[in-house]
Formats: sequence, C-alpha cells, structure tokens
Amino acid sequence: MDLSSLDKILSEYKNKKGALVTVLQKVQSEFGWVPPETIEPISKALKVFNSEVYGVLTFYSQFYLKPRGRYCIQVCLGTACYVKRSEDNLRKIKDELNIEVCETTEDMKFSLDAVRCLGACGLAPVLSINHDIYGSVKPKLIKEILNKYE
Amino acid sequence: MDEIAITLNGATVNGSAGMTILELAQKSGIYIPTLCHDPHLKPVGACRVCLVEDEKTGFLLASCVTPISSGMKINTASEKVLEARRTVVELLLAGHPDSCIICDKGNHCQLRKIASELGIGHIEFDRIRRFYQIETTNPFIERDLSKCIMCGKCVRGCQEIEEIGAIDYAHRGFRAKPATALDLPLEQSNCEFCGLCVFLCPVGALTDKLSKYTGEVKESIRTVCPYCGVGCSMYLNVRDKEVISVSPAEERSVNGISLCVKGRYGYDFINSSERLQTPLIKKNGVFTESTWEEALRIIADRLKSIKENYGSPALGGLGSYRCTNEDNYLLQKFFRAALGSNNIDNSDMVTMLPFLSGLEASFGMGVTTNSIEEIENTDVILAIGSDITESHPIIGQKVKRAVKVNDALLFVVNPADIKIIRVADIHLKNQVGTETALINGLINVVIHEGFYNREFVNTRTEGFDKLKDHIVKYSPEYVEGITGVLAEDIRRVARSYACAERASIIAGQGSIQNGDGKEIAIGLANLALLTGNIGKEGCGIFYTVPHNNLQGAYDMGVMPDYLPGYQRLNDPNSKEKFEREWGIKVPGATGLTAKEMLHAAKEGKIRGIYVVGNNIVLSYPDKNYTIEALKSLDFLVVQDIFMNETAELADVVLPAASFAEKDGTFTNTDRRIQRIRKAIDPLGKAKADWEILAELSTMIGYPMKYESPGHIMEEIARLVTLYGGISYDRLEEGGLQWPCPHKEHPGTEFLFKDGFEKRHGKLIPIDYITPAGSSTFIPEVMLLNSGTGTMVRMSHGLSSIVHISNEIKVGK
Repeated sequence: MDLSSLDKILSEYKNKKGALVTVLQKVQSEFGWVPPETIEPISKALKVFNSEVYGVLTFYSQFYLKPRGRYCIQVCLGTACYVKRSEDNLRKIKDELNIEVCETTEDMKFSLDAVRCLGACGLAPVLSINHDIYGSVKPKLIKEILNKYE
Repeated sequence: MDEIAITLNGATVNGSAGMTILELAQKSGIYIPTLCHDPHLKPVGACRVCLVEDEKTGFLLASCVTPISSGMKINTASEKVLEARRTVVELLLAGHPDSCIICDKGNHCQLRKIASELGIGHIEFDRIRRFYQIETTNPFIERDLSKCIMCGKCVRGCQEIEEIGAIDYAHRGFRAKPATALDLPLEQSNCEFCGLCVFLCPVGALTDKLSKYTGEVKESIRTVCPYCGVGCSMYLNVRDKEVISVSPAEERSVNGISLCVKGRYGYDFINSSERLQTPLIKKNGVFTESTWEEALRIIADRLKSIKENYGSPALGGLGSYRCTNEDNYLLQKFFRAALGSNNIDNSDMVTMLPFLSGLEASFGMGVTTNSIEEIENTDVILAIGSDITESHPIIGQKVKRAVKVNDALLFVVNPADIKIIRVADIHLKNQVGTETALINGLINVVIHEGFYNREFVNTRTEGFDKLKDHIVKYSPEYVEGITGVLAEDIRRVARSYACAERASIIAGQGSIQNGDGKEIAIGLANLALLTGNIGKEGCGIFYTVPHNNLQGAYDMGVMPDYLPGYQRLNDPNSKEKFEREWGIKVPGATGLTAKEMLHAAKEGKIRGIYVVGNNIVLSYPDKNYTIEALKSLDFLVVQDIFMNETAELADVVLPAASFAEKDGTFTNTDRRIQRIRKAIDPLGKAKADWEILAELSTMIGYPMKYESPGHIMEEIARLVTLYGGISYDRLEEGGLQWPCPHKEHPGTEFLFKDGFEKRHGKLIPIDYITPAGSSTFIPEVMLLNSGTGTMVRMSHGLSSIVHISNEIKVGK
C-alpha cells in the first residue's frame, strides 16, 4: 500500500507531545482507515510506544484498523431510535448487504456501524450514510435508500 | 519538609507533604490491601481495593493516590470500607476463573489472599467470564489473560521501569486487556522477555514457563548474574538442590527490580544434562572417565615434564571472563609461582584492552570512571559504538530512563539503526570506522566556539595548545565529508555536550572493532577533559565491558605483562611484594599474549596450554588457525562446565563448577566487586576452578592451601591496593567499587574526584586514519548471544529465542 502521504503528516507532528490522536485522525482521513503498517512509523515519529498507538486506536471506536467501504452506514440505536424500532432497520440492512455490524461488504461499497445517538432524535429512527441523514426510516425503505449509492 | 498530622484509625500520625494515605499507613504499620499498587510504579488507583473512609465526609478514597492533608481523619477498616472492598474483590472474582487449584501462582496470588482476608467465600454475582486463549508460543512467558484483573502493573512496569513498552491497554470496558501492538504474540512484538511483567503480576495471568510447576521455592541465595558486565544482583531460587527460578535482588544492586532475559531466564544451563560431571582423559583419541586423582596426576606430571624439558616459557595459561576473581587470581598465581611462566592471558583477545589503554594514556587509569546508577541522572549522554539495549540491557534501560523520565538529551553515534535511536535526540549515523574523525569534529567545535571549560583545562589538564593547533583541520564541514554526519548535527551535539551540567559518554564494543579503539578512547577522553565532564558525579566515560568478569580477569593480572592490580612486572617494588607473599621468585620477563601463545604453539615453542572456562576455538579470530595451533601442542588441559570445541581437542578435560555452585566475586563494568554465592552443590564430581587449581598446584610441588575463596580474597587484598579494603565480610553489605585501598574506605563511586593519577589529565591529539582495506561493520547481537554461547546454547529458552530473533531479523 502506498504510504507516501503518511510522511507528510508525520513530518508536521514529529516529536510533538500529545499529538497521537490528532495524527491518527489525520491518517484516518487520508486513508479512510488506519492501516496497521502505519503504527510503527507513527510510534517512531511521535516517540510513543507502538503498543500505545494500538491502545489508543482500539480505545476509540472512531478509528478503524480495517479498510472501510466507500459508504459508511451508521444506524442509530440510541434510546429514541431504539424505541422506534431502529433494530428492525439494522436487521434489514444486514440482510440486504449480508454483513454484520463493524463489517464491510466484499465489494468495499458499504460499511455498517451501530451507533448511539446521531443527535437527530426528532427524526427517529435515524440512519446516516456518509453525510446524508435519513429520518423516520422503515425497513421497507432500506432497499431504496441503499440503491441510491453507486 | 513540612510535617502533616492526620488521624489514622483514631491515632494521630505524622507524615510529610506529598505522601499518600497508603504510604503513611504503611509507615505507621497499618495494613491496607492493594492490587494495582507497587512502590516502583506511579500510583494509578485502578483496583479500588485500597479504599479508606474519610470520616469527616464519609467519602471513600483510594488511599494509593490520595495525598494526606492536614487534619484528615481516615478510617482504614470501617464497616463501610470493608463492604466496599468486598464488593470490589467480589466483582473481580466474578470475572476470574476458578482455576486456583491448577494455577501456578498458588499461594502467592494476591487476589486470593485479599479475598480470604476479607472473608469472601461464595460469590453471589453472576459469573461473567472472559475467554482468552492461553498464549504459550514464546519460550519464557505464559499469558492467560482470562485471569487478568487489569491492575496494569505489567503495562506500567514495561513502560515506566523498562521503557520497552511492548504492551499497553488495548480496547475498552469489558474487552480491555493488556496487549502488544496489533495484539500479536509477545515474540512478534518488541518484547525483550525481561520478565518484569511476570514478576509484578499479582495473579496467575502471567507465569514463567521455565519454573512452572516446580513447586515452592525453599531457599533464595543472592548472587550476581553470569552474563554481561553490568553485574546485576539476583536471587537463585532453589528447591531440591536445583535452581528453579531467578528473581531480581533489589537492595544495594545496580539493577533494582529489573533483570534482562539472560539473567532471568538464562539459568537453565546450570542443570543441563550436558554438563561435564567427571574428569575426562583422552586415551587413544577417545575420552574416558577418570578420577580426580588420576586426572590431576597426569596434568601435574605432563606440565612438570614440559617445564623440565623445554623450560617454563613453554607453558601458557588462558583465564576466563566467566570465572571469579579468585579463580583467575589463582590461575595466574599457579602459572607465575608454581610453573614460573608469565604466559598468561585472559580470554578477551580483541575487545577491551585497546579502549582501556587509551583511557589510561589520558587519565592514568584505564577503566570506567563513574557508576551505572549515575547514568539516570545525567543531562547529556553520548552513546558511541554501543548497541546498549542489546548488549547491556540494564544500562540501556538507565539511558532510556534518563531520557524519558529525567529529560536528558541522548546522542547516538552508530553506523546502524540500533534500537535506542528511537529515544535519541540526534542519531549521528557515521560511516563505519570514522569515529575518530567525528570525535575530532566535536572537539573542533568545542574549542573554536569557546565552549570548553577554561578553568578545568588550565588547572587539571595538559597539552591544550597542541590539541588546539592539531584540531583546526577537523572543521564540522570537513568531518561531514568523512563521516557523512551533517555538520550542523556535529555542532549541536558538541554544544549540548559541552554546555551540559553533567554529561556522560557510553562506549561499547562496537567502537573498537576497527582497530582504532585506543584512538577513540583518547578522543573521548579529550572531549571529557576539555569540558570538565570528568571527576564528578553524573559524568565520565563508561566502557560497557562485554562479560560478567572480564574486568575482574584484568584486575587479577591475567595478563602477560601485569601482576594483579595492574602492577607492572618490571616494577621491582611490586615484584618484590609478590615474591614475599608467594615465597618464590616471580619470572621477570613479560609473557606472551594469547595470540602470541597460539603462534608459539604452532612453532613448537609453547608445548602445553591450560585453558580455564573459555572456548577459544570459537572466541578467537581464525578458527582453523586456533585449532591447528592447539593440535600442535604436546598437552592441552581444558577446564570448563561444558564439553565444547576447545575441550574436544584437549588431553584432559576437567569438570568445573558453574557460578551457582561456588563462592567468589565478580567485578563488573563500573569496578564493583560483588559476591557470588554457592546455591547448590556442584553437579556430579565437578569442582570450583579455584579448588582444582589449588589441588593441582599442591600436587605439582607448590602448595596452595585455601579454606575458601574468602581466604584468597584476603591475599588479593594484601597484594592489590585497589582491592585493599575488600573482604567477604564487607561484601555482605553489597558491592564495593575499587579503588578501595583500606578496610574503612567506602569504595569509589566515581574516579578522579581529587585529580588524576599523574596529576594532570592529558589532552592527546589523535588523527583520523582512513581505514586500510574496507571497514566492516559487525552488528552486535549480544542480547541473546553472549561470549561464545557456551551457556546460551545450553539454555533452552535462550537458544530457542536466538533462533526466533534471527528469523525475525532475516525476515526484515
């Protein structure tokens, strides 16, 4: 995998204390995920242990150590959405895409996550795909929503 | 310091500011249970077992992280406290398997101990288990994380104490666990298998594989590690006359609670079935077992007949960097007094002497100047030619701690990307063999930018003007051309080193492998002298001696030109002193070095060689030449703990006791003389080297009567001023660093406090000479390869990990 853009990120933060999360965010926005082979260079550049890098990566659910699909589906399972049966939506998506939560379709098109509250409870049940928000979603609408994405 | 009074369980107790409730309670003799606390680690308050009640507010406080404050009223055992502790421990137990009956932690399990103290029997919580595969793929550490209680001691020990950081917490909440990067098995991480995590683990999550199910330790005997020159103190834990495990000896030691993989897990060679257990005599090309009487008689007769027929100079002896001072002292005495030959050398043929002779030229004394402990408290460290984390892990650890804990600057001069550069501020990646040029470049900057210590240079050194003129041509730009190190880096390093309050230099074997070790040492000495970084605490030059008692072998005069204590053979006063003590004439002519002995053997001038604890076929360059030379001898004796390539060629092989089976002393890299102690009886018929030599000498007609190695040390103290104040009684209290000239002398932590041996430190110009032919860089892979590998190869764990690490290295 081409990691040449990593050097640019690292040169900006080399030897900076407390920059680990920022660097990981930048790496993730650059590659769409955090490739495992970046852990060692990050650890060297920031002078932190590689186990610490891994620890931070696995602590925050926002970081992904596996490649993500082009479209990231987030199904809200927060209280409001939950009582509005958002689990049914989730099940439907799983069936449609044949993946589980935290997984990505083989064609790298969709990744699926279950999240707690997207801050749009008035529209419950809610799901988002990349930056698009869908409110009052019902299982029968799922197929149509997914079909919008090429 | 401010005294703070608090009420603890109704009584008023005084503590000092900054103390935690736990510390004050412990000081006052009040017990508070803990699981995540360890005095060596920063407190984190993770386990909540140490909760106490603030009587004024009724709050429960974690005593390990709460500092005392004036007027505090604390109850450590109220019903509320006990109830809370019980809940905490019950929750831990709810997630802990009931495998106590087969858990190797046994009665040492802290969780079980605290649970029983709190009266916990049946757990009413629902049991939720975490299932993890038991990790057993590496040879040393077994990890069963289903038993982990997340106290974090392993993580903190690995990061805070060892500065290795192979593990950290990974994941979150119920799934949290200590893990390596990417959760790989330990052997695929940067784990160095120092074993500290196992030592700290309060439960059975981490256990030593080597000592698993070997039962309760009956006795722990304090001794010194037999591998590298750091001289770590450790306990040999014995049961049924067998060393079943090793643990660090913290008090009065250089290593504290740390050991490296060799010290902690390299002990199983002691009980190896391959050990030599009976004297062997070669008859018709085949070794046959014999009695001591027969073997020693043959040796005595053959040595005597060679002496009579060809003269004393036809005999040579080779001492050992593994054996004790007493063994080495007796070997040279046996040769000088009993056989009348100065052909005596130690097993170190190329490594250390050039460097030390360089230091001697500059300072008047060729040895590491300061103490290992001081490294942690220095401001600038210049590490040259030394892969310290590999060759001397405990010194490497101190360097890393200096940088990470005390913000020291670290500059590494090394042609290779060694591990320690991760924490270095600047890696001066020089071309192989250009160290002298680089050092001259540093000196050039120090002098021409005016950073040298004028007062020190004027009052305590000589030769400044000459050096100043000589150094002109070594401008940073010129040096950059030779070394490949950026001129700007050279300037920065020179300025930092010169301006530091305390700066140390650590040099290792790598700095002397191109034949210019002496020049490098002189160059480094110039640098230290110019900047006044010598003769005070936290400064100086360290030479990391590769082997446990190589320093001692030199100290004991196992050299062809020096009597013990670096007393010259050609100094009549010294010689007379020895002659009086030994009651015999000491031969005056300088003997042959090991190398010369081999040449002489090939020429038929040396007829008999006596090798103690050294596999010279492997340790000396040109294996075939060594074999040929040894084959051309009339008589070869090898005294060792294992049959090895050299012993195969011998006429008589004598089984020696290992370090665990004898008393004695080792002298480490910072001149520290430390006791090793007999933990078990010698295997089979093996005997301590000193015992064998004394018996043989007596048989040959020069009686040596010593009841114990302690008596040998008394003789050494009489003859060697540097060791004058050393006695086994005093060494009970811990090591002493020479010079220690008399019984009241406390030993010398750092040298030249009151000036140099010859009044002034000498500034000696040195030149960079383009290496003849191509310089080769020989990477140090010392952590797992030690000496010729006689011990490592016989340690199952170490030998298997050597294999793994080679595979990983090749894989890279």
